[in-house]
Amino acid sequence: MAELIPIYLMGKKYSVPEGSTILGAIEHAGYQLIRGCGCRGGFCGACATVYRVPGDHQIKVGLACQTQIEENMTLTILPSYPANKALYDLETVKDPVKALWQAYPEIFKCLGCSACTKICPQDIAVMDYIAGAKRGNLEQVAELSFDCIMCGLCASRCLAQMVPYNVAMMARRLYAKNTLVKPDYVLKRIEEVEQGNYKDEIDELIGKDIEELRKIYAGRDIEGI
Amino acid sequence: MPYPTDFQDSLAKLKASREFRKEQTIKRLTDEERTRLIEAFHPDYRPEGMEELRVGVNKGQRVPLEFASVAESYSRIDPEKINLNAPDFKVDVLVVGGGGGGSAAALTAHSQGASVLLTTKLRLGDANTLMAEGGICAPVRPDDDPYKHFLDTLGGGHYTNVPDIVKALVLDGPKIANWLIDMGVMFDFEEDGALKVNHCGGHSRKRLLSCKDLTGLEIMRVLRDEIRNREIPYLEFSPAVEIILDLEGRCGGAILFNMETEEYYVVEANAVILASGGIGRLHVQSFPTTNHYGATADGLVIGYRAGAELLHMDSIQYHPTGVVWPEQMLGQLITEVMRGHGTHLVNVDGERFINELECRDTCASALIKECEDRGKGVVTPTGMVGIWMDTSLVEGVEKHFVGIYQRFKKYDIDISKEPILIFPTQHYQNGGLRITPHGETTIPGLFAAGEVSGGVQGKNRLAGNSLLDIFVFGRRSALRAMDLINQKRSKLTMHHVVDYQNKLKELGIDESKKSPVLLPDYIREEIKVKRY
Ligand SMILES: Cc1cc2nc3c(=O)[nH]c(=O)nc-3n(C[C@H](O)[C@H](O)[C@H](O)COP(=O)(O)OP(=O)(O)OC[C@H]3O[C@@H](n4cnc5c(N)ncnc54)[C@H](O)[C@@H]3O)c2cc1C
Ligand code: FES
Repeated sequence: MAELIPIYLMGKKYSVPEGSTILGAIEHAGYQLIRGCGCRGGFCGACATVYRVPGDHQIKVGLACQTQIEENMTLTILPSYPANKALYDLETVKDPVKALWQAYPEIFKCLGCSACTKICPQDIAVMDYIAGAKRGNLEQVAELSFDCIMCGLCASRCLAQMVPYNVAMMARRLYAKNTLVKPDYVLKRIEEVEQGNYKDEIDELIGKDIEELRKIYAGRDIEGI
Repeated sequence: MPYPTDFQDSLAKLKASREFRKEQTIKRLTDEERTRLIEAFHPDYRPEGMEELRVGVNKGQRVPLEFASVAESYSRIDPEKINLNAPDFKVDVLVVGGGGGGSAAALTAHSQGASVLLTTKLRLGDANTLMAEGGICAPVRPDDDPYKHFLDTLGGGHYTNVPDIVKALVLDGPKIANWLIDMGVMFDFEEDGALKVNHCGGHSRKRLLSCKDLTGLEIMRVLRDEIRNREIPYLEFSPAVEIILDLEGRCGGAILFNMETEEYYVVEANAVILASGGIGRLHVQSFPTTNHYGATADGLVIGYRAGAELLHMDSIQYHPTGVVWPEQMLGQLITEVMRGHGTHLVNVDGERFINELECRDTCASALIKECEDRGKGVVTPTGMVGIWMDTSLVEGVEKHFVGIYQRFKKYDIDISKEPILIFPTQHYQNGGLRITPHGETTIPGLFAAGEVSGGVQGKNRLAGNSLLDIFVFGRRSALRAMDLINQKRSKLTMHHVVDYQNKLKELGIDESKKSPVLLPDYIREEIKVKRY
């Protein structure tokens, strides 16, 4: 059993095993979380946590499910932070960049303070992608923001009071929809299926007994790595 | 110091054998060898882990103990007290579950003009879907086709899949890929403009479409964004805890539980689509799991209690490569694509023992055999056992698998130089509520889509087939549900729950046992005993 060390959950002291994740520590303390816990694997952003440690004036952040505890840290999970989201119809967008600017004009109020970048638990260059959004460089926004789990911490810190992750969300969709070109063969395959191709071949397989199927399966041609 | 000193001997052997291993070819197992290995070592075949159901449609069939326990439990509500005459919501289609299957169903029903309510247990998108790293299979590439995908899926499922459902799966594949692309999902492309496709276990063609190594996250956040754009109503932290039927045995809605205010809502609906996902957080046979916090088999429990048939519930998928060390990451997934990229599975003595491209159940069984039968596992300081995955063989692993690379870096393990210690982890529920190719369960008006359903994947799901499954059958369920939205219904009732509970009482089952459990119980015994 690991040694117990003190931490403060929303200001209240508990002794929890050294080396635990924040989430593990909270549960060790006896909490049954309803909010503030989703995937438990660093993907969903439900468990964004802010904390401080003694002797350091700076605010620190991490995902509770991914971050190891520090002795005497005092922490709180931010399970939700109010956010505004523009509503849009991807199908009717004609000028993607303009659409983004119209949806989120507040990006032009960015003060360049970089609080968003500093707080991002995913180490995303948030301020840089907002700069990209201002320049209309959707690809840059899409690439820089790709690992975003929409935990909300950037929105909690933004001096211009914008919600960077929703800007990125829209930018990625606009970029994918308008810039990435769908290869012709996708629609061609759909057409083939609609014309009834492959059905008979598959039905023929369905009609076979398992021994026959095994043989066909064993003899199938497997593409190399 | 990344790995404890206990590991150093074994790490040295692993490094020493690397050049030899690169040249080594390990033959694929024959069907027969595969069957023998699985029957001897796969957890599904451990008699002590299984139990026969004593009540319900599938009475007499073997299921994991942990599932039997929640299936043979009482309702959270008093079925005779609840007032069904004053529904809190009245909609055409109620969708239960805010993962990929539920989102696809809600979007489809909405675009068909139905009034829709989606309800989910955590937040919209907190789901297994969002955790998928590898990708989604679809037979779109010119040198691939649905026939090949069909054969791979059926063979991978050891011919236990319901063939008509698999047919629907593979024939709809291209349409689903197209739907996602059109919605602005950022798939990976090759320089020449082709969609990037990866290899993965059990597939004879490269057909795994990916969004870097965060495919599920990317798809899920797009679906969620679209649900919000279209202002489709959804409730969070409000799991369904019971299905409502009418006097003719048709589904007429569900009862939801607001976990924060602890009140119940009655939803009247012409069709209910269950898309509540899997079972991982019940920790079958005490295995760790890759699943999200809400994967507690709720949909299976309430569907079964209402009388829907289950299929293949004796079959759980253990992903061969779950993290063993560091323990803080226990059970978390190392994507299958890693195996597809030429990593080796290596025992304590630096030896390979299975072709890494074998299906999941085969690989998982081989790992268990290597550790438990041959004693060739690496033992951790806390007594866990694992096998090395030699990740350094993947060129540019730090670029191609950024997520995994960074997660290990936090624990000072550099996976471009050092291997990962892994062991099978509970990953996917192969079976579930039996469906038709249109997502219908055996109860009229009750549909199931995704991991909660059974039949598509047979007793072994191939990689990348689940993400396809959830969208194909989420969509198909919604389309079929449209046929029901103008149907007249007889009086709503909870008699099925009363009847079911009476059977439990006859068997003398403890009345304090309630389900669905909604969340896993991770509270320590030391604390529980003090809750007087
Ligand atoms: C880590 C990981 C990686 C994976 N990688 C891949 C991959 O690369 N490719 C692939 O094809 N598959 C992959 N899978 C499998 C695949 O992601 C899932 O099987 C699939 O996404 C399940 O989708 P679903 O919609 O059925 O369930 P989920 O996405 O789990 O959604 C179910 C939703 O229902 C909610 N819910 C649960 N109970 C209730 C209730 N009582 N009432 C209301 N809501 C409820 C849950 O909270 C959740 O939001 C992976 C799975 C995991 C866990
Ligand atoms: S619980 Fe999902 S990111 Fe921590």
